[in-house]
Amino acid sequence: MAEHSTHETAHAPAHASKGTYWLIALILGILTLLEVAVFYVPLLRAAIVPILLTLSTAKFALVAMFFMHLKFDKPILTTVFAGGIVVATVIILAMMLLFGVVGPGAHM
Amino acid sequence: MDSHATSFGVPNRKLAMWVFIASECMFFGSLIATYLSYEGKSLVGPTPHEILNIPLTSVSTFVLLMSSLAMVLALEAVQSGDRRMTRLWLGGVIVLGGLFLSGQVYEFREFYHEGLTLQQNLFGATFFVLTGFHGAHVTVGVIWMVTLLVMSLRGTLGPERSLDVEVAGLYWHFVDVVWIVIFTVVYLIQ
Repeated sequence: MAEHSTHETAHAPAHASKGTYWLIALILGILTLLEVAVFYVPLLRAAIVPILLTLSTAKFALVAMFFMHLKFDKPILTTVFAGGIVVATVIILAMMLLFGVVGPGAHM
Repeated sequence: MDSHATSFGVPNRKLAMWVFIASECMFFGSLIATYLSYEGKSLVGPTPHEILNIPLTSVSTFVLLMSSLAMVLALEAVQSGDRRMTRLWLGGVIVLGGLFLSGQVYEFREFYHEGLTLQQNLFGATFFVLTGFHGAHVTVGVIWMVTLLVMSLRGTLGPERSLDVEVAGLYWHFVDVVWIVIFTVVYLIQ
């Protein structure tokens, strides 16, 4: 068992420093603050969806790349994760299209 | 059978967790798709803009993001063999995860008192199923962290077991990224 565990540790990839993790957390906090600010600014109402989706995507990417170590890990893991995200996105878009939330039959 | 080394050069358990996470993307994708498909189609109230508490949820979101920081620092500590910091950061994840869940319980209770239930309207049904499943995932994560903390307190969570913490961390961070999407799609884009 111990031999196996040591073998596992040998596979541990390189990762960011503690300082980088704190910096990423700070950026995530700022991005969340920006999201909430955008929600309350009436002037940005017209562009709220693209702005919020951009901020949200940035937060998602930062957590996946640094906290989940995808930036430093084997590319196969990114491929597996991206596969799941692509299928999820297709499901969301297909459902929204079928229900007329987006596309030709949209009534927004 | 060697359950660790794979032809991809990644430990099997880690690869398995990533495959599980990919399947969870599809699971939450379906729930988000259902929520968006029925959004604005409720025949009776309460509606999202009448009931959603953005300040409270913003704080909850920040708390969950900071729990991810604590998680990654716990992994860093266990890999460097720092038992004291491992316990501190794992404890941090548990406390922050518990705070997030408390916020969700408070929110659900408030909604219930304001007339929003699973049966009330389409918003209630899709909202509670989506956020409830996410909350269930956070609960599982907190229980997982408690087991790791107990292992650490017993002195059985050294650097040689860092993969245990890494795999748990992947799950925790995934729960965090799902919330990033839910917070934007459900709470901010109404």
